[in-house]
Amino acid sequence: MRSADMAEGAKKAIPIVLGYLPLGFAYGALARLAGLDLALIVLMSLIVFAGSGQFISVSMLAAGAGGASIVATVFLVNLRHLLMSASLSPYFQNYPRRSLPLLAFWLTDENYAMACGEFRNCERGHHYMLGLFGTSYTGWVLGGVLGGLFGGFFSSANAAMTMEYALYAMFIFLLVIQMTERKLFLAASFSGALSLLFYLYIPGSWYIILATVCTATMGVSAERWKESF
Amino acid sequence: MERIFLIILGMAAVTYVPRFLPLYVLTRLEIPKIVIDWLRYVPVAVLAALIVPGIITANRQVYIALDNSYLIASLLAFLIAWRTKNMMFTVTVGMGVVLVLQYLN
Repeated sequence: MRSADMAEGAKKAIPIVLGYLPLGFAYGALARLAGLDLALIVLMSLIVFAGSGQFISVSMLAAGAGGASIVATVFLVNLRHLLMSASLSPYFQNYPRRSLPLLAFWLTDENYAMACGEFRNCERGHHYMLGLFGTSYTGWVLGGVLGGLFGGFFSSANAAMTMEYALYAMFIFLLVIQMTERKLFLAASFSGALSLLFYLYIPGSWYIILATVCTATMGVSAERWKESF
Repeated sequence: MERIFLIILGMAAVTYVPRFLPLYVLTRLEIPKIVIDWLRYVPVAVLAALIVPGIITANRQVYIALDNSYLIASLLAFLIAWRTKNMMFTVTVGMGVVLVLQYLN
């Protein structure tokens, strides 16, 4: 039961792995170019596990930025997981508490999106989640190792761009299946427009957090306002 | 290299805390209804915010054109996801469109 659950979750991770391998590879190759040791390249994928944060840190290292500013930037870039972590808590309420530290460590945008898609139509136990999250983690680390080893030898921008699109296609699918009510469709449209605006006019990567907080607050306010009649 | 090792440890710590803390605290509490209602919007809002700027901009400027392969593929992926509710199919067609457009351009 337990391993069957894990295997089922692992299967669900295939589209994520499809996107993580080339992204991880690109990270490894860039880190190599920036002069990092293979051991450090792999260590970062192993203990940070955050795509955009890792890319940014590599480009900052290459530009000679200071340690404190790199760590602070990565903190801001990854702060959006705060909201995702909170939003999964109702579903993880009955999980064994010892599974939470590991599941939280594996909480990326992609794993979060997939988990939400799953919870939409059924209950999923912690073994299933461990299988799903752990498999995409393995894909990410493997991509980084390969990029660190072979990144210098070949680079096809076309192939990388195509593979990376897998993550967007997956996000789109997961968004579509979750817009089950009119209010959620409206919320997604509102957040999409708002995030674009913030992305264009506010430097950094605040746009995801800002758009999400504004949208959820608007949504709840609109609900309460309607109920008051 | 020791300096970079320490930076990586710092990155790991500041990435982990926001991932862990809300989950750890909120799974212990009885979450008020208004918070649950608020959190219900988070998945769709986050997804839309991850998708939209990523597919209709280039170099942080709006880029709506036929050679924006991500945009064209996404319009199609949206339709397919909606009509078929099949993830592998959506991902495969999306990637296929990007691949073809990359070679055409």
